[in-house]
Amino acid sequence: MAVQLEFEKKPKLVLWVMDSLLMIKRSSTHIIRNTDQLLGTFFQPIMFLVLFATVFGGAISQALPPGVTYLNFLMAGIIVQTVAFGSTTTAIAVANDMQKGIIDRFRSLPMANLAVLNGHVISDLFRNGISTAVMIVAGLAIGFRTNANFVDWLLITGIVLLFTLAFSWLSAIAGVMAKSIEGVQWLSFIVVFPLTFASSAFVPLEGMNDGLKAFAENQPITHIIEAIRALMLGWPVGDHLWIATLWCLGIMVVSMVVASWLFRRKTSH
Amino acid sequence: MAKEYVIEAKGLKKSYGSNQVLKGVDLKVERGTMLALLGPNGAGKTTTVRILSTLLSFDGGKVSVEGYDVVKEADKVRSVIGLTGQSAAVDELLTGRENLVMMGRLYRLTKRSAVARAEELLKEFGLEKAADRPAKTYSGGMRRRLDLAVSLIATPPIIFLDEPTTGLDPRSRLAMWAIIKKLMENGTTILLTTQYLEEADQLADNIVVIDGGKVIAEGSAAQLKGKVGKDRLELQFAGEKQFAEAVKALGKDVADKNEKDLSVTTIIKNTSADVRKTLDVLAKQKIEFESMTIHKPTLDDVFLSLTGKQAKKPAEKKKGKK
Ligand SMILES: Nc1ncnc2c1ncn2[C@@H]1O[C@H](COP(=O)(O)OP(=O)(O)OP(=O)(O)O)[C@@H](O)[C@H]1O
Ligand SMILES: [Mg+2]
Repeated sequence: MAVQLEFEKKPKLVLWVMDSLLMIKRSSTHIIRNTDQLLGTFFQPIMFLVLFATVFGGAISQALPPGVTYLNFLMAGIIVQTVAFGSTTTAIAVANDMQKGIIDRFRSLPMANLAVLNGHVISDLFRNGISTAVMIVAGLAIGFRTNANFVDWLLITGIVLLFTLAFSWLSAIAGVMAKSIEGVQWLSFIVVFPLTFASSAFVPLEGMNDGLKAFAENQPITHIIEAIRALMLGWPVGDHLWIATLWCLGIMVVSMVVASWLFRRKTSH
Repeated sequence: MAKEYVIEAKGLKKSYGSNQVLKGVDLKVERGTMLALLGPNGAGKTTTVRILSTLLSFDGGKVSVEGYDVVKEADKVRSVIGLTGQSAAVDELLTGRENLVMMGRLYRLTKRSAVARAEELLKEFGLEKAADRPAKTYSGGMRRRLDLAVSLIATPPIIFLDEPTTGLDPRSRLAMWAIIKKLMENGTTILLTTQYLEEADQLADNIVVIDGGKVIAEGSAAQLKGKVGKDRLELQFAGEKQFAEAVKALGKDVADKNEKDLSVTTIIKNTSADVRKTLDVLAKQKIEFESMTIHKPTLDDVFLSLTGKQAKKPAEKKKGKK
């Protein structure tokens, strides 16, 4: 053999981190090479933004506090909605790996198999981050104005990232459980759709009937949206920020544990 | 030197629900040799390979690879094996080179080693030109080669190949055989599964035939052939008259006859004596024959007599196309 092979002699923990980094690189490469999906990452949020702003803008602006434009109101909602739907691609990516022979390849290697999940979740964080940034720039271009200062922006960034992680891990559960790639769609229909539409994402809660309003007021997405909205528009943040943070942390930790447990169970025989 | 077995399975049992797929399989592979696991569809070949390569749990028996228990010491087993599964397990969106380097890194190779080894394998497997194209643009044969290259990235001493040539055209099959032969020259221990007798015959030191989850025969190709096969002499006649006379003249020596083909077959144990005897009988009665053929037993005969099923021919050519 011409090539003399050298092996890494590092502590196990370091090797595990390296495995995750390799998997992040892999999943990120997937995102970049998957051009159809990439178009979605850039254009879908812009399209939604423009569509909602123009279609609903006129009707809803009367219900908004004086001086607040619909576009300014919408921004927080559309960001959260985009991220929530965007995170379901983690489920597809994970399901894809689980269905195809590649997972057996990884399993036959002396690597930390959970790195596969880490890779998809973290690379999705990048993708959703880019989506959000694109949307904010597009918003600014069509008239979105904000009172947020630097600290507000940091908080907004933090909460969006945390929310992305939480939903990507949730999404990973669907990916691991799915028996086919189509099998992850329940996530969009049963979780993401109701949560984002029965929230303050697109309309103020005041107009909803009592039952729906009670649900919308107390579900995590509304808190997350309200926290971001308040930070963007200089409204009082109130309890929304910490409740949103707790929800995100809670969903993230529970989903991470459940996804990892399911993944282990599925991959260790 | 005592024989050293690197892969050993004893009484391997596996069920899927109430469907018992492996019913106590025993097999051993000596260091530096190749064992071919031969069997028809659904025999349990893939199941066996997946168990041996730590991917699947089992219900009974003992399995060790390089002395490590495949259940308790799965990680150690994984660092000495390479697996090429029945369906190609490469990352479609990554290029051939990226696949190799990534898998090399996951095998714990240093970056430099992984890159250098990837280059070497791309050359060896004739994938240099396609090295920087995503694997999804590869043909079936190229994908199979990349898949095998990936399992060799850290030059593991033990390789599992699950039907490495199924679906390849004759040329790609030969190329794959050449690669496998080279691996054997380098002293790699190989367990290969196949539905093709010719492949087992060509490559393997030992053959284990399984069917319905049980080992139904084992030994070298020659030993297996010896079990069923004697040489056979087939005589072809020009007309029904000669055919009928020959059948009568040869009497109980006739092992098989075919009225449609006008052919008669006799068993020969001792080539020159038995052939002369048969021809003498015909010569005495002036029975003319048209042609004669001596058939050596093939693994096909072995397979057929053991499993009652016809084995597959490699790369069956599509007939009737013009
Ligand atoms: N995951 C599974 N669940 C249930 N039954 C299974 C599963 N995997 C395999 N089997 C069954 O086990 C038996 C043996 O399958 P296996 O894949 O080992 O056969 P094989 O010899 O590799 O066949 P082939 O030549 O078609 O690849 C088959 O009857 C198959 O239906
Ligand atoms: Mg198989």
